[in-house]
Amino acid sequence: MLRKKLSLWKESMRMSVMNIWSSKMRSFLTVLGIVIGVMAIIALITIMQSATTEVTDEFTAMGTGRLVVNAQGTPLKSGLTVADMEAIRAIPNVQGVSPTVTSTATVKSDNAWVEDVTIDGYNEVYFRRNAELVGRGRALTPLDVESKNRVALLDSTAVHHLFYAQDPMGRKVYIRGYEFTIIGVLSDADSSDVLAQAQSDGTDGGRIIIPYSTAMTLTGTRNIASLSVYVTDTAYTQQVQSALENELNAAFNYKDDSYRVINMESLLDTMDTMLSMMTMLLVGIASIALLVGGIGIMNMMLVTVSERTTEIGLRKALGAEPGQIQLQFLIESIILSLSGGVIGVAMGLAVSYLFSVIAGFGFVVSGSAIALGVGFSAAVGIVFGWAPARKASALNPIDALRSI
Amino acid sequence: MDDDFFRMTGIIKRYQMGDELQTVLRGVNLTVREGEFVSVLGPSGSGKSTLMNIIGCLDTPTEGQYILRGRDIGKQDARQLAAIRNREIGFVFQSFQLLPRLDALRNVELPLIYGGMPEKKRMERAEEVLVRVGLQDKLYHHPNQLSGGQQQRVAIARALATNPSILLADEPTGALDQATGKQVMSLFEEIAQEGRNIIMITHDLSIARHARRVVHILDGMLTEGESLHA
Ligand SMILES: Nc1ncnc2c1ncn2[C@@H]1O[C@H](COP(=O)(O)OP(=O)(O)O)[C@@H](O)[C@H]1O
Ligand SMILES: [Mg+2]
Repeated sequence: MLRKKLSLWKESMRMSVMNIWSSKMRSFLTVLGIVIGVMAIIALITIMQSATTEVTDEFTAMGTGRLVVNAQGTPLKSGLTVADMEAIRAIPNVQGVSPTVTSTATVKSDNAWVEDVTIDGYNEVYFRRNAELVGRGRALTPLDVESKNRVALLDSTAVHHLFYAQDPMGRKVYIRGYEFTIIGVLSDADSSDVLAQAQSDGTDGGRIIIPYSTAMTLTGTRNIASLSVYVTDTAYTQQVQSALENELNAAFNYKDDSYRVINMESLLDTMDTMLSMMTMLLVGIASIALLVGGIGIMNMMLVTVSERTTEIGLRKALGAEPGQIQLQFLIESIILSLSGGVIGVAMGLAVSYLFSVIAGFGFVVSGSAIALGVGFSAAVGIVFGWAPARKASALNPIDALRSI
Repeated sequence: MDDDFFRMTGIIKRYQMGDELQTVLRGVNLTVREGEFVSVLGPSGSGKSTLMNIIGCLDTPTEGQYILRGRDIGKQDARQLAAIRNREIGFVFQSFQLLPRLDALRNVELPLIYGGMPEKKRMERAEEVLVRVGLQDKLYHHPNQLSGGQQQRVAIARALATNPSILLADEPTGALDQATGKQVMSLFEEIAQEGRNIIMITHDLSIARHARRVVHILDGMLTEGESLHA
């Protein structure tokens, strides 16, 4: 029984391939809809997955286990005081707090002056968290912060503008007229902090990091508007966030909109959900092409069945059961659709590879996307081949052979 | 009784043509014994093909009984009929009915696939019958590479492949010239001599004469003709 079925499958496949091949042009035009549909689905899923991976990596690098506080403050109190910061540092499971005091300034060296340099005030915690940040020299120390030392780390843009071909280590820069000693150079691959990069991207003068206490004196600000809170373990992020919000409420007297806490992890989750929703939407749209392709397959199969009426009659005369005729045409429809699917997968991968090269993303071949493309096209073959195959199997052999 | 290969009694076939009911077979009685070679001779439109379709279990009569090798054909379902066609009956058509995309071997293989024979045995058997009809050097030729007579011999090989008990031929020489037709007829005679039943339908008396028994059909009525080889 099983062997009989296998023989039939094999013969049906051989016949199908022959029939499809003998009218290559027609077959190709028929499966074009499937090719386009599957190609679109594969390309969309692969590209979206690469994009998601990329974004996720950046967000992860930016720091999970980190809460960012933006404290606009109230009319009575702008930003957080040092005392508020101490209170936040005392929250259980907080590993460290790193304030950000950002401004722009015109910076001078002995032989150049540059406008629009981003001056970021940080503390040692920031450097501890972003160890790869220091390319040469040393990071900020607690002592630098405490003694409001006038020390600075420059990024390569600032070095280039201020010192061109010379070694900046140990030399002086003048920020708002104050003399600073250069203790380090930031590494070029400073992509770890996307937010900081986005802030400095607006200016072309480069970026200089100094102790935040020094930065406060420099700009005359007494309060801190932005700080990062680092958690000892990501498991405590939620807990720390609510404690943090309690502190902030107290600090700002429960005034609405006086502050915002951004949780990097929930941001990441939101981003993930958004990207996967977008993928689903796009795949849904691409599926319309598959539907149209399916109708094309159905049309071609109906034409095939009426063209091969005598063949069907003959096969019945030779002893084919109705179910065997149905199977043959169903297999033909599946092979047709599947070949379109395979071409679509190949083209979809090619498109997404090109995209990844152009966009500079990593190329991730998604096994599930391939399975989806192949599975979809096979399903289209079954669904849209069913009715024509049924029609073939129901043909009366005498009517079918009458044209003899 | 045991000697009867098939027995038809009171076979009536009607077709609905528009709102008119056309009677094509009007009470046909025909009994064929094991090993007989019978010609059905009649003019065009007399109902020959209709009768052959009923004998070949491709069609069912409107009325009457048809017993083939002890089985009442009217009581079989579609799958049983398919199996009977596969094992008991070999069809030979006027226009050969070979599948153009398949070579001779693959064409002959077809009924064996539906019979469930394993592939290796199928190919052996297909070759065997092709040799039997004298086409040993045309195994891999496609129909369009063969002459009409050769194509009909491939068709005969296909009809013989499952070793059926009866060969049903509808105007087997209708598409062939006289000389080729004669060759095909002598092949039929050989097959008949091996003891296989043959029912051959024709409108040509000279062709009908090759059979041992000729029955005449006219306007859906069957009459026994004289035995030619008595
Ligand atoms: N399926 C059918 N529907 C209607 N009429 C048919 C059908 N099959 C055959 N006939 C009619 O039956 C008559 C006999 O046909 P047929 O058996 O093919 O004759 P023959 O083979 O002797 O030429 C013809 O008049 C034909 O038109
Ligand atoms: Mg006829």
